[in-house]
Amino acid sequence: MVSILTFIVMVIVGAVVLGFIAVSAMFLIWWERKVSAHIQTRYGPMRVGWHGVLQSVADVIKLLLKENITPEGVDKPVWWLAPFFAVVPSVMVFVCIPFGSLFGIDLIPRDLNIGILYILALTSVCVLGIFMAGWGSNNKYSLLGGMRSAAQIVSYEVPLIISVVTAVMFAGTLSMQKIVEAQKEMWFVFHPNMALAFLIFVISATAEINRTPFDIPEAESELVAGFHTEYSGMKFAMFFLGEYTNLFIVSALAATLFLGGWQGPFLPPVLWFLIKTYGIVTVLMWVRWTFPRVRVDQLMGFAWKVLTPIAFANLAVAGWVLLK
Amino acid sequence: MIADYGYVGLFLLFGIAFVAGAFIVSWFLRPRDPNPAKRACYECGEVVKGSSWIQFNVRYYLIALIFVVFDVEVLFLVPWAVIFRELGIVAFVEMIVFISILIAGLVYAWKKGALEWQ
Repeated sequence: MVSILTFIVMVIVGAVVLGFIAVSAMFLIWWERKVSAHIQTRYGPMRVGWHGVLQSVADVIKLLLKENITPEGVDKPVWWLAPFFAVVPSVMVFVCIPFGSLFGIDLIPRDLNIGILYILALTSVCVLGIFMAGWGSNNKYSLLGGMRSAAQIVSYEVPLIISVVTAVMFAGTLSMQKIVEAQKEMWFVFHPNMALAFLIFVISATAEINRTPFDIPEAESELVAGFHTEYSGMKFAMFFLGEYTNLFIVSALAATLFLGGWQGPFLPPVLWFLIKTYGIVTVLMWVRWTFPRVRVDQLMGFAWKVLTPIAFANLAVAGWVLLK
Repeated sequence: MIADYGYVGLFLLFGIAFVAGAFIVSWFLRPRDPNPAKRACYECGEVVKGSSWIQFNVRYYLIALIFVVFDVEVLFLVPWAVIFRELGIVAFVEMIVFISILIAGLVYAWKKGALEWQ
């Protein structure tokens, strides 16, 4: 009896999270269009709903009705599996994203004891989706985009994980909920070592999710649209959904690991979590629409010659400070 | 413990169902009108020449190799970081030695030009 009840709760939680992911991605797409428009002194979408808030809904309906074009000579299984690999890991990450609490209920589907390690493992799978899309498309631009993307994501993963490990050293646990609780006295970002780790995390996370100034894999002026050039209709929509879900995930991670997660005065915790997360999202959008794109050689050089050594040095210094 | 796996498994199924569901809904709604021009790969309007599965720059392979080394190393760092305070100074020095060896490897790759991108 209890197990059936547990199962029903699990299914409800899963459905709520899926709904949140879809709504959040649609909101972020609209928000990105608005932010970019206002940075460029335009209005952006204005027609569908108040200031165009329903624009993304209209776009989803449009994409549902679009023909699914399968180009000549694609690698069928790889081509069809790629959208799954782009979205499913992002959905699975939400198992241990701590949203805080509301009316005494902890809003985290399940606080895994290996939380952050689990998240890092799943976010690494996303590169497979991008590479499979690039390889399966039978398009030279897509292949180049996929290749670059794979090289970029694996390169920036090293400094990213090291900065996360620095946070784990301070918290002494891998559980997301306990990492937040460890910041009760002071947010990690106020510690000098962690401030540096935060900076490294944000830079590498921007590269991980292929956003400008690190959007080499889909550099429009060189590669058309990169790995998703040949995708149309719902398959394209899935790549878009995965991209914006990843944007939310890295911002949520930055808020949780460095900015005290859902903790804050006066307002309910879940509101604090959303404020911090969408705040970081907005900063990433601001960066995207302000900076030009870097070149491939600069990009790879920066990851291996600058970020990785700094991240390791930071880790060693943080260890020394903690032991003293 | 079993509930942990349950949640992970459930979210895996939900994710797959979400994507598959979107494809199925779209399968019922979308038009089907393929023609040879539409099915050609997009290469800026030129007629496609040859296969796309071509040779690529060996640099990508080198980067992947360096990545594998560092990723495995970082995996060793995680359990160390969790119980770092209890282990104390000995484990810290050991980890510094371990990292130094890998940094030496990075410096070697750097000097050999594996990180250059021409």
